[in-house]
Amino acid sequence: MDYQKYEDIARQIRQHVIKAVYYAKSGHPGGSLSSTDILTALFFKEMNIDPENPGKEDRDMFVLSKGHGAPGLYAAMGVRGYYPVEDIYTLRKLGSHFQGHPSSYKLPVLEHSTGSLGQGFSAAVGMALGARLKGLGQRVYTILGDGELQEGLVWEAAMCAAHYKLDNICAFVDWNGLQIDGANDDVMTVRPIDEKFKAFGWNVMMINGHDFGEIFNALDKAREFKDKPTMIVAKTHKGQGVSFMCDQAGWHGKAPNEEQAGEAIRELGGEW
Amino acid sequence: MALFKIKDDISEKEKIATRQAYGEVLVEVGSENENLIVMDADLSVSTQTKHFAKEFPDRFFNIGIAEQNLYGTAAGIAHTGKVVCASTFAMFATGRAYEIIRNSIAYPELNVKICATHSGITVGEDGASHQTFEDLALMRVIPDMTVICPSDAVSTKALMREAIKYEGPVYVRLGRSAIPVIYEDYKDGDSDSVSGETLCHIEEEMEEGEFTPVIDIKIGQSVMLRPGSDVTLIATGIMVAEALKASEMLENRGISTRVIDMHTIKPLDEDAIVDAALETKLIVSCEEHSVIGGLGSAIAEVLARCAPTQMRFVGQRDTFGESGKPEELLRKYGMTWEDICDEVFEYFDR
Repeated sequence: MDYQKYEDIARQIRQHVIKAVYYAKSGHPGGSLSSTDILTALFFKEMNIDPENPGKEDRDMFVLSKGHGAPGLYAAMGVRGYYPVEDIYTLRKLGSHFQGHPSSYKLPVLEHSTGSLGQGFSAAVGMALGARLKGLGQRVYTILGDGELQEGLVWEAAMCAAHYKLDNICAFVDWNGLQIDGANDDVMTVRPIDEKFKAFGWNVMMINGHDFGEIFNALDKAREFKDKPTMIVAKTHKGQGVSFMCDQAGWHGKAPNEEQAGEAIRELGGEW
Repeated sequence: MALFKIKDDISEKEKIATRQAYGEVLVEVGSENENLIVMDADLSVSTQTKHFAKEFPDRFFNIGIAEQNLYGTAAGIAHTGKVVCASTFAMFATGRAYEIIRNSIAYPELNVKICATHSGITVGEDGASHQTFEDLALMRVIPDMTVICPSDAVSTKALMREAIKYEGPVYVRLGRSAIPVIYEDYKDGDSDSVSGETLCHIEEEMEEGEFTPVIDIKIGQSVMLRPGSDVTLIATGIMVAEALKASEMLENRGISTRVIDMHTIKPLDEDAIVDAALETKLIVSCEEHSVIGGLGSAIAEVLARCAPTQMRFVGQRDTFGESGKPEELLRKYGMTWEDICDEVFEYFDR
């Protein structure tokens, strides 16, 4: 199958991420770029959503538990048509809908406010419980960071989702291997991620988080899997798509200067 | 509209814990409102959510000993259009899960009621690790958080109904120990309640400022339990009954004592506080909470701005508690009717 369409969309989203963070002069490009392909797969194919009717009762719901990846989410939803994508260039500026970390209060098309790690995952588990009670067949999707797995709340929520057999939740770990202070392995080991979630009662898959074939295949399997929540551990590269940012912990929370932004945009096939 | 009056005889014999009334009202509302979800963290026997769990098992979720996830998942369920009452002890709700309540419930303005039992020193024998004196302070600094602390079983039920109707986060402070019942239903002839029209009629017939015996228990509206012109005791939670007892002693000693049940800490009934400041000489705050940051501080903030007045603070004095019987602890740590009287006598030099 040809995934050119999704690769083109992902490239557009990445360009908007670079521009938004450049204009904001702060923000998190690295982790936004590592999540971009997963966000593209969710917002442009997998999820039952309608930007014209964002609150429709039977919609699927998405929570960005790694809230610092906000620029990626804002860009993906902008390109999908929730709002003019250029609006996200107000990112992090006074009065903006586009807060440094996602706020459903400031931007009501978001399902939840996140930023403090672990909490989005817990809320997503609650949404899956609520969605099951509603009985409209809604599914809940969420993306966690790998460093986020160091939060105790993640494991409380993981235990809960398995206990309640929530097969309507599908979570991703954006496993780029890096966090603010360096490699996960140096700061606080999170491996083996797959074995941990299996032990907690989850249906676990390991994929390449930049390969649309693998992402869609995993999402198809997750939808079919009954009685267990699904965790897709997606191996990714921090800063994917921009060679000088790729796999560099230093680009976790730093904005490019004008020259760097131009170089990144051109590499992503855009004009500066 | 349900209306209430103050019981003629507030007896030491008839005592009910606010947590018990909470457990009962959940079942009552649960049968009227299918949208109500109740959650707990392995304390459903203590918090009394067990009754709801038994009656409506599909709408009850036990999250296990994981208070952070209790409030995190409560937020998620509220996002699907439900109203959620999530219970554990006040220590773990407002202590351990504080940041989840702030960032996942209050910031997105979600319809979650944080119904925390076993607050204050009357947890008793469990000791200091389980005795919360900080919860009112912690909850009232969160923007737009409504904070309620009922004084008896009847007002707990009325305020819980109000809280469930209200759209948005509410903190409800409940207790472990049985306490006197202060209110009862107002009966107009044969009917169990009176209409709004009847209430207006009653109010019209009374002189302005006259003490009204008919009470509507509403969020943000304090209740004057007793009129008075020398001192005002503004109490919340279990200290309301103590303040009433203190007022009898004070009246006997010739000190005209106003007593206010300040069941809502936020939004605070500022008018009642300012009126008290203008009409009486001294205000005494009475709470089973630290004297730092709770009801007393909230009153002082109003007075400093609108009507500077002498105050005294009855509450936990910046110290941890210890194991003991509730009544022994209240006595040792200075939260009884006698402590309230001492503050007033000292001021009036009697």
